[in-house]
Amino acid sequence: MSLRVRLGLFAVSGAVLGGLLVWALTGLPAFGDFQGEYGQILNNVAGHERHVTNVVSSVVFDYRGFDTLGEEFILFTAVMGVALLLREARDDRERPRDEARSDAVRAVGLLLVAPTVVVGLFVVAHGYLTPGGGFQGGVGVAGGLVLLYAAGRYRAYRAASPHGLIDFAEGTGAGGYAAVGVAALFAGGLFLQNVVDLGTKGTLAAGGTIPILNVASALEVAAALVLLFHEFLEEVMYPE
Amino acid sequence: MIPLQAVAIALVGLGGLAVVTARDPLRQTLVAGLYGLALVILFVIFQAPDVALSELVVSSIAFPFILLAALAKLRGRRRP
Repeated sequence: MSLRVRLGLFAVSGAVLGGLLVWALTGLPAFGDFQGEYGQILNNVAGHERHVTNVVSSVVFDYRGFDTLGEEFILFTAVMGVALLLREARDDRERPRDEARSDAVRAVGLLLVAPTVVVGLFVVAHGYLTPGGGFQGGVGVAGGLVLLYAAGRYRAYRAASPHGLIDFAEGTGAGGYAAVGVAALFAGGLFLQNVVDLGTKGTLAAGGTIPILNVASALEVAAALVLLFHEFLEEVMYPE
Repeated sequence: MIPLQAVAIALVGLGGLAVVTARDPLRQTLVAGLYGLALVILFVIFQAPDVALSELVVSSIAFPFILLAALAKLRGRRRP
């Protein structure tokens, strides 16, 4: 195709695409115009139906809890795939000595480890009261752990996150979520139906199964992320 | 649209541009992290704190970590 034909083709298709874009933009609803019926309804009912103050958590772990189950297993499967591809029999080998050398990185990093983990746990624990929840807090906890490597020693990081414990936590998180759903069947409800006592709104003891699913997903997410970090760091630590 | 929202949208637009124009992968990783923070500000201003927290942990912990690990691995291979 010669340059002229190409340019001609681009001019035509560019003009059509541009026209379509302008046409679509003129048909957009006005800025801030919200048409989501479902959202309006949930904002009105979630508070007294589920005793939670963060409506998002009632959607994630209750009204749409089934979708979250799928997401848990997407993460679970993705991390399992990474482990299958990257994991080799390296655990018997001696861990390399790898330490952060910059004093500034060490000082700031180590100072941040505990606050990051605590903020992560806080975000998990208050997920159904204030913004946050298992996913956000779980990644936060994993991030705090990996700071041990970034600002300290690879050995210290691996000692703080033993493989057996992390595998166990990941399985418990993913399996626990599904188990809560099945337990609802035995209690005479539907799969993942909120059958537990709803407690007092605005306290940590509120939301029925929402806090349980919240913690299960936090376990799953934190463990999955740490496993992911393990596999990637092993690749860096042991060059072929 | 209040001015603050306009500023946040402009910040995200500029941030996206900065990510695309950074050519060195290591710099691009850092710029992408800052771009994520711009998105966090956008979500907070548009009153979506849950999404803001998710974006915060993904763009400042998980995503840069994986990119940096991959870059470190590649660098080690280039310099034997």
